[in-house]
Amino acid sequence: MKRKIALLLVFVLMFATFAAGCAVEKVDNEEKQESSNSQDSDVIKIGVFEPLTGPNAAGGALEKEGIELAKELYPEVLGKKIEVVYVDNKSDKVEAANAATKLIDQEKVSVIIGSWGSGFSISAGEVIKKSERKVPAIGTSCTNPLVTKNNDYYFRVAFVDPFQGKVMANYAYKEVGAKKVAFIIEKTNDYAVGLAKFFEDTYKELTGDENAVVYRAYYQTGDQDFTAQLGNIKESGAEAIFAPGNFTESALIMKQAKELGIELPILGGDTWETPEVIEIAGEAAEGVVFSTFFDVNAELTDTTTEFLEAYKAKYNKEPAAVTALAFDAYLLALDAIKRANSTDPEAIRDALEATKDFPGAAGVVNFDENGDAVKAAVIKTIKDGKFTYLTTVEPN
Amino acid sequence: MALQTILQHLVNGISLGSLYALLAIGYTMVYGILRLINFAHGDIFMLGTYIAFYSMTAFFLPWWISFLIAIIVTCIFGIVLERAAYRPLRDSPRISVMISAIGASFLIENLAIVVFGGRPKAFPIPTIFSKILNIGGVSIVSVSIFIPIITAIALFILNYLVNNTKIGMAMRAVSKDYEAARLMGINVNNIISFTFGTGSILAAIGGVMWGLKYPQLIPLMGLMPGLKCFIAAVVGGIGNIRGAVLGGFILGLGEILIVAFSPTLSGYRDAFAFVLLIVILLVKPSGLLGQNTTEKV
Repeated sequence: MKRKIALLLVFVLMFATFAAGCAVEKVDNEEKQESSNSQDSDVIKIGVFEPLTGPNAAGGALEKEGIELAKELYPEVLGKKIEVVYVDNKSDKVEAANAATKLIDQEKVSVIIGSWGSGFSISAGEVIKKSERKVPAIGTSCTNPLVTKNNDYYFRVAFVDPFQGKVMANYAYKEVGAKKVAFIIEKTNDYAVGLAKFFEDTYKELTGDENAVVYRAYYQTGDQDFTAQLGNIKESGAEAIFAPGNFTESALIMKQAKELGIELPILGGDTWETPEVIEIAGEAAEGVVFSTFFDVNAELTDTTTEFLEAYKAKYNKEPAAVTALAFDAYLLALDAIKRANSTDPEAIRDALEATKDFPGAAGVVNFDENGDAVKAAVIKTIKDGKFTYLTTVEPN
Repeated sequence: MALQTILQHLVNGISLGSLYALLAIGYTMVYGILRLINFAHGDIFMLGTYIAFYSMTAFFLPWWISFLIAIIVTCIFGIVLERAAYRPLRDSPRISVMISAIGASFLIENLAIVVFGGRPKAFPIPTIFSKILNIGGVSIVSVSIFIPIITAIALFILNYLVNNTKIGMAMRAVSKDYEAARLMGINVNNIISFTFGTGSILAAIGGVMWGLKYPQLIPLMGLMPGLKCFIAAVVGGIGNIRGAVLGGFILGLGEILIVAFSPTLSGYRDAFAFVLLIVILLVKPSGLLGQNTTEKV
């Protein structure tokens, strides 16, 4: 009997391993045909790597919309046609590195754009930094500081998590008036862990209280039950909850918090701006507050107006913040090529570094020494089942 | 920790444990009769939830009809699965059937990704299940009260079915000795189909309840609950229905309490189930309520 059950156990473990692997591996898809290998000198190639399949496909699709729209509006630069080469990173870090290699060595692109998800950008960044043929990259909505840190070839049009954490800590302290907060963090996500740390640093400074964070709860990606963590938060004496993490888990947290009778304000980060949050959390999502990149109601630049009109005409819906960022990344690439007056990647890199007051749809872009955009954050809430603009926070 | 908080954790644990128990019974029943771990059980559970979801959102049926449809369709699916994937291998070595079960599980999961899409869907919750009650400082959502009650009713019916009916007697006979049961004129194939149908009904009930409690549907949602409930069945003593219920409750309460009392361990809540499995296999391999039978085959 013992042996039999031991054998059984082996099968369970094997099964778990296979199953976990299978969760990442998804159907291959369309994008391939768009990449032709023509070495036409009348064509400038821009490479894009995005999660077009897999668990983050929704994010990749939103950014692809922005790039396609920008290409329709600006199909040429320096009198040459632009060809956009899409490579699917399959929501996988290893695939993201492969995608970068393919864009650099096979497709010989002049500049790279991508990606949704900091993890994919970080692993592609290693390839970009180390490959022999140096090609600059422009990050879209990846916000983790490690994407551009120590990498002279990676820039990004989004703000970084230390700023986002600071913005939300300020909001919790000044607007909500909370003197004590509790965290519930997606432990297996670099983005969430980083954001919580940056929030905590600022918040402790603001309150002058070393113990301002009264409770820290953790969960894993894919968890569905948070009642135990929330039950303790309810008792902890916190006046607000900061819950950085993936949108699906966060939606369940909002719902279960309400079911446990927790009336505290719940704060989060830019990942929450997906329709699924409202669908899954329903009424419980009302009143949650998060920071993001862009809103149609925030006064930004002339490009914003152009983007909004073109987007409405093409897709007939409200654009997401990440779509605007991808739109900006494409325009910035064009702008750099124009200023460099060359298709040489090195010249484009230098032009990117020299970017000053670039008017993007999601705000004016200026790079700091790491190549991160220094720009305003938008704070939004959910009201009557809709994302609603609250305020804009300028960088300082 | 205040008394209310402890009570709150217990309520949460019991409601999660009841869900696990419903699923664990399905594993245990199939194992009891076929000596087969039905790895696709978690995916049948997922299908049940999706069927209820589409009945409500695509066909705009009232919730109770949708739930009924989910139960019936899932039951049929379970029977078809047994016919397609397990019956042709009835006389093959047990290992072949197990591999077939794993294959069936992958097939269903990946088909679900293609058909339903990978983006999470929100399960619509009828108001009767989403009322929030406050009893002496303990906050309970009404579905958490329904779940243990429905589990208890299902268990009672199942118990009656197995112990007091003719078909139940046949099931017990098949589980004791497959060949002898056949010699006594029992239609073994029908009994096995019936067992799969019953197990799938329980999986569908569990799936619908799960959807009401955690209204986020993804094609791989059956994976983790499936593995955990299999463990619950082993812990209770595989093949023993009461053991499966006990195992489900131990697992549900254990998970909640471990996170509640030790926040630093909350990332390891899934590990709890697997550690429990290892411990039980070392200490009492036949499970808490399992009998120490001698190897037949």
